[in-house]
Amino acid sequence: MNSLRFSWFNVVASLILLFVVVVTLYPFLHMLAVSLSSNVNVIQNNISFWPKGFNLSMYKLVLGDPQIWTAYRNTIIYTVLGTLISLVVTSTGAYALSRKDMALRNSFTVLIVITMFFSGGMIPTFLVVRSLNLVDTVWGMVLPGAVSTWNLILMRTFFSGIPKELEESGRMDGLNDIGIFIRIIVPLSKASFATIALFYAVGMWNNFIFPLLYLRSPDLFPLQVLLRNLVLAGSASSGDVTSIGGDNLVVEESLKYATIMVSTLPILVIYPFVQKYFVKGAMVGAVKG
Amino acid sequence: MADASVTQRTLHKEAHRPPRRKSRLIRTWNRNKALWLLFLPCLLYYLIFRYAPMFGLVITFKDYNLFKGIWASDWVGFKYYRMFLENPDFWPLMKNTFLLGLYKLVFGFPAPILLAILLNEVRKAAFKRFVQTVSYLPHFISNVIVASMVIMFLSPTGGLINNLLAGIGIGPINFMNEPGLFRGIYVLSEIWQHIGWETIIYLAALTAIDPQLYEAADMDGASRLRKIWHVTLPGISPAIVITLILNIGKVLEIGFEKVFLMQNPAIYDTADIISTYVYRVGMVQGNFSYGASIDLFMGVISLIFIYTANWLSRRLSETSLW
Repeated sequence: MNSLRFSWFNVVASLILLFVVVVTLYPFLHMLAVSLSSNVNVIQNNISFWPKGFNLSMYKLVLGDPQIWTAYRNTIIYTVLGTLISLVVTSTGAYALSRKDMALRNSFTVLIVITMFFSGGMIPTFLVVRSLNLVDTVWGMVLPGAVSTWNLILMRTFFSGIPKELEESGRMDGLNDIGIFIRIIVPLSKASFATIALFYAVGMWNNFIFPLLYLRSPDLFPLQVLLRNLVLAGSASSGDVTSIGGDNLVVEESLKYATIMVSTLPILVIYPFVQKYFVKGAMVGAVKG
Repeated sequence: MADASVTQRTLHKEAHRPPRRKSRLIRTWNRNKALWLLFLPCLLYYLIFRYAPMFGLVITFKDYNLFKGIWASDWVGFKYYRMFLENPDFWPLMKNTFLLGLYKLVFGFPAPILLAILLNEVRKAAFKRFVQTVSYLPHFISNVIVASMVIMFLSPTGGLINNLLAGIGIGPINFMNEPGLFRGIYVLSEIWQHIGWETIIYLAALTAIDPQLYEAADMDGASRLRKIWHVTLPGISPAIVITLILNIGKVLEIGFEKVFLMQNPAIYDTADIISTYVYRVGMVQGNFSYGASIDLFMGVISLIFIYTANWLSRRLSETSLW
């Protein structure tokens, strides 16, 4: 009796978990399949998760569009530059906050924690960004979000876990606090830096609200804005597209899926390899928070 | 004799106090200057991009004029707050924001707890890791992509869902034009996107449960469900309570991006929330003072929310954020 109930439990639990896996992955497989299928099959709506009439014409169209390349370049610039700036400002700030002997440490901490509960909001922040002449510049993309309070606290937690004796030994060797940070703390915290860098990089890659608020010229638009304009606003990327196939709407669908796949592929490909760093970061945050 | 000593002491103090205080300041400065220098970029960031906007909220009491700037614009007192409270859009917006947040809380909060408990019951480590890796993935997909996927899958012309429904003779349904469906669609997409990631906090809590408790329960002949009820759930209840307070506090802080990307004028009846309204009247139509007033109004209500949630939890369960 007991063993029977056990196995039923296992079957139900495994089925639910499998359902989660299918529901998560199926949309991506479907988009990939549609974007790789021939127009006839797309029009007939008979594609599930395997392409029918395999062809790459949609990808040729997408990759032949210079807008995509500009947007890709912009996104990479914002992601690399933004992540670098964020890492420097966050790690130095977090290290200073992790040092219990720093004068004014508590005041600084309070100053930062207040911003978790209250903020000026969208419009006053925009006015500040504009008054600094950052609107429609690369800096408008990377500076307003340079520090995430969550990441700052996470990094402070990382640094607090480093044994005090290591700092002492650095001081014996005549290093000042900046020297200790650069020569001792940074080399010891490579994994933490990787984790925080990944959080910032994904955040910047996916960011939509900053370009929406702070960028005006299409030359500066990152992928997310282009995607939104192509996929959601419904404008086809080039005139040629509408002349392919009988039903424009349907062909547009596979073109849109191809666009989505092209812009998401970097994340989908890198994700399995870096996943453990994300989880490590979230675990530290969870245990501490 | 006494007088003399007092005078002497005073003299002594006066002679020495200024230099001593100065030297203490100098010593504090010298001891901290390297750390302060390290903290400086971070401090500047917070002052410029977080605190300057808070002081910029003064425009909510002014008639902000682009050309006059913040300081020269005329004071108008509570004009914009009154304007918002008297606006016929006020109650629908409050209702939409609150209901969307509430639905997300009611359905989105328990979902990762259930998933974490199920994951914890899996005996095969490889299967567990596979499910985890897959379920975390959507958390890293941008809101633009998720909103695009939702809209395209639900499209009445050739969308995945309508194709499936057509197979069983239903449809086509124009999902994204039905005001009554928006909240459900939004909450489901939020769960799809974040359920896996949000299990992490509970899985972390689960690793801290003493295995002896399960062994003891085995000895007592407890079934799997009983063990979940009497060992697993109590073990993660502090994490559940903390997450619940945080989520109650954040009920009104619904992410702007996804709602903005998923909504369209046909469904503003349910899909227009405070932040998207602020964007429209403030940024698009240029009513900076009005938009910022609405934002501040909601910020204060949100603050009251999180404070109350924390107070309640401290009263009821002795777990609190502060």
